[in-house]
Amino acid sequence: MALKTALMGGIAAMALGFGALAAQAEGVKVGMITTLSGGGAGLGLDTRDGFLLALKQAGEAGSKVDLIIEDDQQKPDVAVQIADKMIQSDKVDLLTGIVWSNLAMAVVPAATAQGRFYLSTNAAPSALAGAGCNPLYFSVSYQNDNLHEAAGAYAADADIAKVFIMAPNYPAGQDSLAGFKRFYDGEVVSEVYTQVGQTDYAAEIAQIRASGADAVFFFLPGGMGIAFMKQYAESGVDIPLIGPAFSFSQDILPAVGDVALGKINTANWSPDLDNAANAGFVEGFRAEYGRLPSIYAAYGFDTANLLLSALARADVTDKDAFRTALAAADFASVRGKFAFGRNQHPVQDIYVREVVKDGDVLTNRIIGTAMTDRADAYGDQCGM
Amino acid sequence: MLLAEQALNGLQYGMMLFLMAAGLTLVFGVMGLINLAHGALYMVGAFACAAVAGATGSFWLGLGASLAAAAAAGALVELAVIRRLYARDHLDQVLATFALILVFSEGTRWLFGAFPLYLTLPPALSGAVTLPGGLQYPLFRLVIIGLGGAVALGLFWLIGRTRLGIRIRAGEADREMIGALGVDIARLYTIVFALGAGLAGLAGALVGTIQSVQVGMGEPVLILAFVVIVIGGIGSIKGALVGALMVGMTDTLGKALLPGLLARVTDAASANAVGSALASMLIYILMAAVLIVRPQGLFGVRAG
Repeated sequence: MALKTALMGGIAAMALGFGALAAQAEGVKVGMITTLSGGGAGLGLDTRDGFLLALKQAGEAGSKVDLIIEDDQQKPDVAVQIADKMIQSDKVDLLTGIVWSNLAMAVVPAATAQGRFYLSTNAAPSALAGAGCNPLYFSVSYQNDNLHEAAGAYAADADIAKVFIMAPNYPAGQDSLAGFKRFYDGEVVSEVYTQVGQTDYAAEIAQIRASGADAVFFFLPGGMGIAFMKQYAESGVDIPLIGPAFSFSQDILPAVGDVALGKINTANWSPDLDNAANAGFVEGFRAEYGRLPSIYAAYGFDTANLLLSALARADVTDKDAFRTALAAADFASVRGKFAFGRNQHPVQDIYVREVVKDGDVLTNRIIGTAMTDRADAYGDQCGM
Repeated sequence: MLLAEQALNGLQYGMMLFLMAAGLTLVFGVMGLINLAHGALYMVGAFACAAVAGATGSFWLGLGASLAAAAAAGALVELAVIRRLYARDHLDQVLATFALILVFSEGTRWLFGAFPLYLTLPPALSGAVTLPGGLQYPLFRLVIIGLGGAVALGLFWLIGRTRLGIRIRAGEADREMIGALGVDIARLYTIVFALGAGLAGLAGALVGTIQSVQVGMGEPVLILAFVVIVIGGIGSIKGALVGALMVGMTDTLGKALLPGLLARVTDAASANAVGSALASMLIYILMAAVLIVRPQGLFGVRAG
């Protein structure tokens, strides 16, 4: 009797085991590392919510994604610890979600070296786009320089003679100013690097006041941008501001208020971009979370849809097939057209947006196109 | 003109550091207690201000609430935890107050969430004013400088001219003797701790108004406040004021001027990189220099 029970138990366990194995082979285990606390929390929350919305809208297909989410607190050492745990004990197939380039540099090369896919929802440092490109690494958002290049092109077109440029001192900040200068042909009167997470910009504002520039280009995502914009408005300096979308994103606008009105910024996505996928995304996001999506939510949404499209074509355990499926980018992007270049970074249009008031909500509207089918400056150095 | 504005920025930064350091130096000097949770009290002040200002719409009520909430939190912490630490060595104090940081941070995250809060200035305090010489400067930063100065004067008066001040100074000099003379030391300590906490809370509210109110905002400031009291001399309010202004000025002017100065000897890109790296080290170099010349700090009484 005891033997029989044991046998039955064993068979049941084996059946369960095989069942679990079969289920796993169909699905994918995804680890999302993103910033959910501190001054950068707005970016991570939108990344997460955009990603979750896409899974929810996909219904049955979305339920095949087994998602673990952890907060990196915007600290590289924490991100590395989480990645190690996700790879070694949770055995994820794919990682995603990192907002900040210094964290991405700490996690991505190690993750791809251990045979895990990484889909970037935001950070795409130049070091991973050129010689450091990797078959397992895809950037769904952009290459870091892109939006800043477009801002440089816009400033050149608008005949702005002298600019003051400013960004935080980390890989994305360095990419930002390099990108701006690549297409700007006027005079850069001053180039200032601030600290990551800095909250007081009095010293920089004094330099701006004394600079004699015609415009200020600044890249300050999240809480840094909010603090700067509020202090700039109080300072009485009235030199026009331009920036990449991050400096005027939907996560920043409500806290900054009306001083952001009319500001020009460059983006590869906007809530008013006219295509069916985007309309469904903006409406769905508003219905689900009661707020407008930011550009980070759009990237999160596109990343999840790219993942689902690849999952429908190939099994994640077959790395070559899955990589080909990802590279095909066969999904309806909220950006309209979307394709990957040879370094697996996007080729896309970049627009000029203006901050406007829709009812009593501040948001962005497209007023022109800065660059068409822009890839990036590093693709040629990629040996893939 | 640029230099004048940067000097004002340095002054404002210094005054903010003084509000933090004053409480820290009193607690350290009078009670011999290393209080790492001072930054948590700064955060409590900022959140109290944001919550009350948000609920009532009055920034002034918020500012009052920041003082009251931080002082109350300070008194409570002193009665519940700190009181048990006076007789122990510094390592136990560091451990216990570090635990308090974690408790306060998680508690605040629980109550207010992980998102930073942003305060709006009342119209009467927002915008810039034109100073003599044509320099435009944000009004609220001038208010911080003024408030810091007023608090400094108030503290000098309190320590130097009142009965409470005499007791505080006596407690610093000889704890057992004033106990023997019939002063209720336990109560004195609670009052000093609450006073320091209230000042930290006020600093948190003022800084939260121009920057942002978020969990963990106190720790970076705490480190600087320790630098200030080491430079100024532990236990000395005058030292805290001078130390805070020195640190504020050194930091701000260093960041503003060093890259420009270095650009004369090297190219702009490396001058920028080296300059900003050097600038962030400057206050520690200043501290080291002061310690070499005067190990007890500028206004420290006890030899080290």
